[in-house]
Amino acid sequence: MDLVTIWFILIAVLWIGYFVLDGFDLGVGVLMPFIGKDDLRRRVMVNTIGPVWDGNEVWLLVAGGATFAAFPLWYATMFSGFYLALFVLLLALIIRGVAFEYRGKRDSQAWRDRWDKAIFVGSAVPALLFGVAFGNVIGGSPIAPLEGTTADNASNLNFVGNFFDLLNPYALLMGVMTLTIFTTHGAIFLMLKTRGEVRAAARTAALRVGLVAAVAAVATLLWTQAFSERVSITLPMALVAAVLWIGALWMVLKGRDGWAFSLSAGTILVAVASLFVGLFPNVMLSSIDPAFNLTVTNASSQEYTLTIMTWVAVIMTPIVLAYQGWTYWVFRKRISTSMIPPQPSAGRADDRFAATK
Amino acid sequence: MGSALDLSRWQFGITTIYHFLFVPLTLGTVWFVAMFQTMWHFTGKEIYLKLTKFFGKLFLINFAMGVVTGIVQEFQFGMNWSEYSRFVGDVFGAPLAMEGLLAFFLESTFLGLWIFGWDRLPKKLHLATIWAAAVGTMLSAYFILAANAWMQHPVGYEIDPATGRAVLNDIGAVLFQNTAVMAFLHTMTASFMVSGAAVAAVGAWFLTKNRQVDVFRPAMKAGAVVTLVAAVGVSITGDLFSKIMVEQQPMKMAAAEALYDTQEDAPFSVLTIGDVTGDSATPIIEVPGLLSFLSTGDFNATVEGINDLQAAYEAQYGPGDYVPYVPVTYWSFRLMIGVGMLAAAWALWALWRYRRGRNPQGTGPVSRAFGIATPLIVLAPLAASTFGWIFTEMGRQPWVVFGEQLTADAVSPLLTTTEVWISLIGFTLVYAILAVIEVALLLKYIKQGAPEQVVADPYEEAAKQADEDKQLYFAY
Repeated sequence: MDLVTIWFILIAVLWIGYFVLDGFDLGVGVLMPFIGKDDLRRRVMVNTIGPVWDGNEVWLLVAGGATFAAFPLWYATMFSGFYLALFVLLLALIIRGVAFEYRGKRDSQAWRDRWDKAIFVGSAVPALLFGVAFGNVIGGSPIAPLEGTTADNASNLNFVGNFFDLLNPYALLMGVMTLTIFTTHGAIFLMLKTRGEVRAAARTAALRVGLVAAVAAVATLLWTQAFSERVSITLPMALVAAVLWIGALWMVLKGRDGWAFSLSAGTILVAVASLFVGLFPNVMLSSIDPAFNLTVTNASSQEYTLTIMTWVAVIMTPIVLAYQGWTYWVFRKRISTSMIPPQPSAGRADDRFAATK
Repeated sequence: MGSALDLSRWQFGITTIYHFLFVPLTLGTVWFVAMFQTMWHFTGKEIYLKLTKFFGKLFLINFAMGVVTGIVQEFQFGMNWSEYSRFVGDVFGAPLAMEGLLAFFLESTFLGLWIFGWDRLPKKLHLATIWAAAVGTMLSAYFILAANAWMQHPVGYEIDPATGRAVLNDIGAVLFQNTAVMAFLHTMTASFMVSGAAVAAVGAWFLTKNRQVDVFRPAMKAGAVVTLVAAVGVSITGDLFSKIMVEQQPMKMAAAEALYDTQEDAPFSVLTIGDVTGDSATPIIEVPGLLSFLSTGDFNATVEGINDLQAAYEAQYGPGDYVPYVPVTYWSFRLMIGVGMLAAAWALWALWRYRRGRNPQGTGPVSRAFGIATPLIVLAPLAASTFGWIFTEMGRQPWVVFGEQLTADAVSPLLTTTEVWISLIGFTLVYAILAVIEVALLLKYIKQGAPEQVVADPYEEAAKQADEDKQLYFAY
């Protein structure tokens, strides 16, 4: 296999890792106003993802950095072309990240309510925008050489549209899919990590949103076949994803949290993989002329860089997976409302045991 | 008003300077927290655990801001500087991706374990997590500084004649060239000055208030000593760094001195009145020969001036203006040194004032002056590090990659002024609001003081309680 193919696969792996992991903590954020009826429940929710959300988000940073290193023209064209969408995404991720750390730092309901809104908006907006962005990569966007230049040198290829070109029906549908899938995935994660009232509410949410997600996903994945380079592979993959999703919802119904979570993670894995399989060897489709497509060949770095980065990725990825996996093991216990200690900011002692003595 | 290029430069400047207010504080403070926890582990003295908790909380409030503003940095290269990204991706992307894989994962994952792990991990393992996070932050600094060093002094690459893009051919040269190593050492020592001064000032503030003296005296001492040692380190690395720059970016150093004409035994001007943009500046205080010495180690050596360098660059790169904006380079260079050293002076003062267990609570002018200087001194090294970055980045202009790509050629070609206005205003507003919130929170938690009581071993305590519903030791 040549290096650019390996890197295409690695980028796909990073995005799959990102969506499987950050997918559920974005989902938990989206569910905050719906499941978190009172502060105690909201704190249960925040604490299920508290130790891991930042590590999950790094998958996005690494996917971005790896795209920069391995496919600079893809990175440059996509990031400059999706300018305003990414600006909104960044604002959302900024307020969200700060909100987790700051919401308990003052003992005031108004303060916490404001940060909880930030968590909701900061989670829902990215969950939607990632789908919209992928929709534009896969469904094609207006990419062409700059005026007076030719596509012979792929460096001339740029996104020539505007913000509203990004909001096409296919991309928006993809956005609805990621939003609802991540929300369901988050609800299933909550089932897995909580007990009592939060778990019951999460189960209801998983079933309701899960059904909407099923419809959105089937519609999106079927539409995606129109852009696929190899329908004979991607269509069966889409079917497998659908079956896994039905399985996930079935397990939710039966209250088998572990299975439900594995299956919803599996759904995301297969669905995202199918998008990349259908895209290869392109990395960004031009809706103007296929000759203007960015591909693994014309958008990539040279062999030397790819070789070095392959070694770094091959060594580091398993190590990262091992210690992140261990983190999930350390925090494997379910949380319930009765386990939440008094608000840390309420007194000088964050030391509960000391305070109760 | 303004072109997409100008606005993008403002945006990059604002967001980067803002990001780098939190970074040096993080880079240094994590070591203080790790050291305090280690001291607790090995001495069993409760005050060290209290200090760990106290500074740990401040550290996390600050770290959150560093993380979220850092994401913007990675995205901005592609968003506003796509021509730059295309040109350098093959070289510059590698350290960036390595930073993610080796550093970001490490720091974020292990900090999560540290924050929430007090009752889930045995004491020793919990201690190890903060050290892992500390190593992560330092690795992150190294990779990003190596990437920046390549913009200052590109090495280990060639230009592909077919595409006109830079292609990496020696990763060792990129990662370990002297510019990268020196930038790292200079930045780390500066970061220790920033956090040393912050820890010392917080400690001293409690001493002036005569509160929790037993806890905060060691903090003040540790902070002040670190500030002083780091001040020596920052001076040595700064001196070595400027000698490297004279060789690699002579224009930057000439602009730092507003030295227009090439001179033997060139003087160092301490202060200048009037216009430094003209063909020659009018210095009012000069130290003869000092600039020659600082540049080369020889008082009589020749130092190249701006006018000669401009002529040489025109001959090499074609017609154009290769002179950075001299007032900014000249003054930022002086302010970096001057303001930074204030912190060292204050640290000496603090150590002397509280020597051998003293704790003067006088109301005289000296005490009052110390009371005013103490909270303000936190800003000095922070401002110095900001001036340092303004100097080194503005001094590289008009280049984005020295000698290879002009900043004007790096901007995204189809970016509109409307788009950049929206993002520039958006980022600035949100950043301003968050700055107010962050400072208010830091002050609140400083004033609250260290915890009065601490649990020696939350892990043991948790293990004793058998019930499933036992409360968590720590929760958001």
